[in-house]
Amino acid sequence: MLSPMKALLRRDLRLAVRHGGESLMPLIFLFAVIILVPLGVGPGPNLLASIAPGMIWVAALLASLLALEQLFRPDLEDGTLEQWWVGAGSPAALVVTRLFSHWLITGVPVIVFAPLAAEMLYLPDSALPTLMLSLLIGTPVLSLVGGLASALTLGTNRGSVLLSILVFPMVVPVLIFATGGVAAAAEGLSASAHMGLLTALLILAVTLVPLATTAALRLNIE
Amino acid sequence: MIFHRLKVGFHRLGSPPTFHKLCRVLSPWLWAGFLVCAAIGLYQALYVVPPDYQQGDSYRILFIHVPAAWQAMAGYVIMSILAVIALVWRIRTVEIMTMAAAPVGAAFTALCLATGSLWGKPMWGTWWAWDARLTSMLVLLFIYLGIMGLYAAFEDRRKGARVACILVLVGLVNIPLIHFSVEWWTTLHQGATIRLLGESRMHPSMMSPLIWMTVGVKLMFGAALLDRARNDLIDQDRRKNWIRQLIGEGATGDNA
Repeated sequence: MLSPMKALLRRDLRLAVRHGGESLMPLIFLFAVIILVPLGVGPGPNLLASIAPGMIWVAALLASLLALEQLFRPDLEDGTLEQWWVGAGSPAALVVTRLFSHWLITGVPVIVFAPLAAEMLYLPDSALPTLMLSLLIGTPVLSLVGGLASALTLGTNRGSVLLSILVFPMVVPVLIFATGGVAAAAEGLSASAHMGLLTALLILAVTLVPLATTAALRLNIE
Repeated sequence: MIFHRLKVGFHRLGSPPTFHKLCRVLSPWLWAGFLVCAAIGLYQALYVVPPDYQQGDSYRILFIHVPAAWQAMAGYVIMSILAVIALVWRIRTVEIMTMAAAPVGAAFTALCLATGSLWGKPMWGTWWAWDARLTSMLVLLFIYLGIMGLYAAFEDRRKGARVACILVLVGLVNIPLIHFSVEWWTTLHQGATIRLLGESRMHPSMMSPLIWMTVGVKLMFGAALLDRARNDLIDQDRRKNWIRQLIGEGATGDNA
């Protein structure tokens, strides 16, 4: 049961390390967005501090979209995806593994470098732990929802635009609760309600999304 | 015996010619019902019901806004039920009906947002507010558009319909969010005024036109749904024999 998952995770991570430049693209993109913000809205620290939670989250969301197009497509094209169904492991477990490796590759670097982005936008230090926590709970949801959208659009040939249209309505709640929590923390209020709701979203996504993603992939390899 | 005949009748609906016939027979009646209900409802709404003591005449837009909003959500629930049937029993006509529900639901969502916006400008002083109810309704519109886009992006229409059915079920999460958004978050949009259980907080004279309009809108949803499903079916099966027979033996002879 576990060995196909382990093999897939090891393969995905090894590929990510060997294609180092490509794997760093989402992170570079995130910082490109963060750098553009002060140039676009002006460098006033007060304004930047107030929009920092939203901007960092929007940038993280956009960055997570980058790698989605290629999440399942190469495996579909070379026939590996079909092996998920005929092989020993459960397809749903392999889907979860693939989504987990997507999060490790695109989500974790964003969390690690979030303090730098926060500093660039003058986010108050008191809000930084909440920002990190919100990213820790929220970015897996982005990977899960993005993976679902990627599986749904797999059979189409103009996937990428459609993919972002599908992702956008599904991640609205994540964005609302995450930025709401960080904004509350910046004003010295408790963010526990927001973080609780965000965790509820994560639990909902973890339980339902792999099933829907597996069903969508199955339809696409038929 | 009756149950058996119902069951056979239901299974026959899976056959495209039977489904087509049913749509063609039902749809004019639904359109007629809509016109009658809407005529009565609009007459009462515009001439019979007195103006509001605060809002004057501008509140009358609610007789379109509220039924459209209800139908936007009810339409999604109907579409989800159809999607479950389509995914579980793999009935092609139901897949087509599910996909036909999306544009109609999207139209009602857009109508609800547009009428709300028109009312909001004089009453709230703004066309739009990032309030929980408004935002979740806007998200619903984009879910509807996503379903339509996904269905349209597939070359194999059946596969597209099945994949889009999964998206329909995922998007169902948003419906309770819209419904309870006015209770969970205290923002600009008012709470529920009309209750099925217990007393409504609306003046009784306004109830009658609202009920007529709601029934009318439901009938119109059904009519538009059946018409769209029928057109999609004809489009998909246009090279098949039963369509040729439908057009008439003469056309078949010309082609052969």
